[in-house]
Amino acid sequence: MQSTSHAFPDNARAAVKNPQLKKALNHVKAGFIDKRAKAAAKLPEFEDLRDAARDIKNHTLAHLDLYLEAYEARITEQGGHVHWCGTAAEARDKILEICRAAGAKTVTKGKSMIAEEIALNDHLEANGIEPIETDLGEYIIQLRKEPPSHIIAPAVHLTKDQIEADFRDHHDHLPAERNLEEPAALVAEARGILRERYVQADVGITGANFLIAENGASVIVTNEGNGDLTQTLPKVHIVVASLEKVVPTLEDVSVILRVLARSATGQEFSSYTTFSTGPRRAGDLDGPEEYHVVLLDNGRSGMLGTEYQDALRCIRCGACMNHCPVYHAIGGHAYGWVYPGPIGAVLTPSLIGVEEAGHLPNASSFCGRCEAVCPMRIPLPKMMRHWREREFERHLTPLPLRAGLGVWAFFARRPALYHLFAGLKTRALGALGRRRGRFRKLPLAGGWTAHRDLPAPQGPTFQQLWAERKRDGQGRPAASA
Amino acid sequence: MTDRRAEILGRLRRSLKAVAETPGRGEAVQARIGAKARGPVPARSDLPRREMVTLFVEQAEAVATSVARVAGDGEVPQAVADYLKGQNLPAEVRISPDPALEGLAWSEQPLLKVESGRARLEDATSVTAALAGVAETGTLMLASGPTAPTTLNFLPENHIVVLRASQVVGPYEDAWDRLRAAEGEGQLPRTVNFITGPSRTGDIEQTIQMGAHGPRRLHVILVEDEGQA
Ligand code: SF4
Repeated sequence: MQSTSHAFPDNARAAVKNPQLKKALNHVKAGFIDKRAKAAAKLPEFEDLRDAARDIKNHTLAHLDLYLEAYEARITEQGGHVHWCGTAAEARDKILEICRAAGAKTVTKGKSMIAEEIALNDHLEANGIEPIETDLGEYIIQLRKEPPSHIIAPAVHLTKDQIEADFRDHHDHLPAERNLEEPAALVAEARGILRERYVQADVGITGANFLIAENGASVIVTNEGNGDLTQTLPKVHIVVASLEKVVPTLEDVSVILRVLARSATGQEFSSYTTFSTGPRRAGDLDGPEEYHVVLLDNGRSGMLGTEYQDALRCIRCGACMNHCPVYHAIGGHAYGWVYPGPIGAVLTPSLIGVEEAGHLPNASSFCGRCEAVCPMRIPLPKMMRHWREREFERHLTPLPLRAGLGVWAFFARRPALYHLFAGLKTRALGALGRRRGRFRKLPLAGGWTAHRDLPAPQGPTFQQLWAERKRDGQGRPAASA
Repeated sequence: MTDRRAEILGRLRRSLKAVAETPGRGEAVQARIGAKARGPVPARSDLPRREMVTLFVEQAEAVATSVARVAGDGEVPQAVADYLKGQNLPAEVRISPDPALEGLAWSEQPLLKVESGRARLEDATSVTAALAGVAETGTLMLASGPTAPTTLNFLPENHIVVLRASQVVGPYEDAWDRLRAAEGEGQLPRTVNFITGPSRTGDIEQTIQMGAHGPRRLHVILVEDEGQA
């Protein structure tokens, strides 16, 4: 997918001014936060399971090369093919090659973030093969030629009315006067249209939530059942998955599954969890004749062994964005690439470069809710901070910010000067701003005051208060009113 | 053509500051796969048999699966006919070509049309057999094979599953153990489906709608084969 992450500040500005988007994004808060909290509270072992899930992935990542080899061996034994791809371009070429060999005209697709990452649909289309998204949310945004705005709810940025308008535009063979008032009517219409497509398709492409080294299974988790029809009906099934999806055993995957649905949608378990291990076997009446796994690196091997390794534990549940005040305000498209929200702010610079995506780690209020809800206990705020530091070192931050921090660093290393200057500045700012209580504009701090007011200092500096209290023998300043 | 596989594995090993032969690594992996150690298993399904079956039913109903309990195999055809009538569905079913299902007393239901095989697009209702029921979340485990085509689980709008009380287990891990006992270590059927309720979607304004692509209705006929202790 072509990134627009470099334009994040403009994207975000436009997003907060979009009333339609604001309305749609209310469903994120209403739809996910309470449900997750209830599901977590209902399972006394939930926190222990999070620890165990983290440990499973840490162990697997430390032996990733070996688990991938074990997984591959099982696939090969069961008659499947594993294709190792270093880059997005290699992966989409490989998939095109398999589709061509199958003489494919249409392919159905289950939801796959990796397919988004490698911009698979555009590539297939450009080469005369029609890709058909079957997940309802993905189907809707394919009609609109938009990327997903959320990793588990791709069309969460849209209202029902927008979807109805799209269906009326695109399904113009259906009677214009039909009633699409209720969401159920929209779901039924999409169901009817897609059923035919499942049967026509020559190739079915799905992602994978997990790959299991013990038995070579790829696992998909869905609520709609679209992934199952996609992988069962066509004669070729292609799984696209990134390297870090592998886990050792069925027991390990059971642990992680217990935290996945609860964190994602607040369900105890998703409707369909499907383990598939290869092509049709002797005597089978259905199932694909060919089974391919396209294993994608695309930057992951470079994250291993760095301060960003923990992000490879991610199981793409979406909880971090569901709980993120920045995501609530701007939605997913503003982030400009495949993965939005806190995990996107960490992953995107790792995968497509800090030059392109250096703004994203700033998209945080450091409230810490993402880490608090992440089932895999990924320290997202810490990683965003790492990126900010790195960005600073690489002199990629805008000049005024760098100059400002440089001045601060100069004084911070010289405490006497710092106190003098801070005291002077506090008094000056206090005198200027105390009457209104806040600043709407401040020289050199335009980036701050463009979106929020700076509260005017209401008294002495912290250090001055501290020194006074110490003199008074209290040891700590009382909370100021 | 360069060998991408070797290249990627090489990059992983460089990042991990390891080589394939680094002492202990291979053993650690083999030991882990061999041990199949369980993580924390929720206590909720650690119950005497009858209560475990009750938990399965409660959990299944909580996700909109309907359940009918029958006293023996002989009552299954009647239960299927009753369900179809109750839901105003056509009296036609596609059953899996499983001797255990094909051998049921369907002839006692002369108005019910019964055919076996894989699912066709026009089939309204399928009847299949489960391998296990997981009480923890009211989940059905179904496995593919010559007598169990996967399409029956997804294509028809209504899915009826025959489950025996003796097949109900507590947590997922117990279901895996049963499957391993049947298939052999490290072996799975081509496809294993965990099914927890009918198909649903929240993609339109996060309101839950049933029957997105898979079955709109999921009905379990639970055969009480454990005796009433
Ligand atoms: S970072 Fe954590 S919370 Fe966010 S999607 Fe990944 S696993 Fe879920």
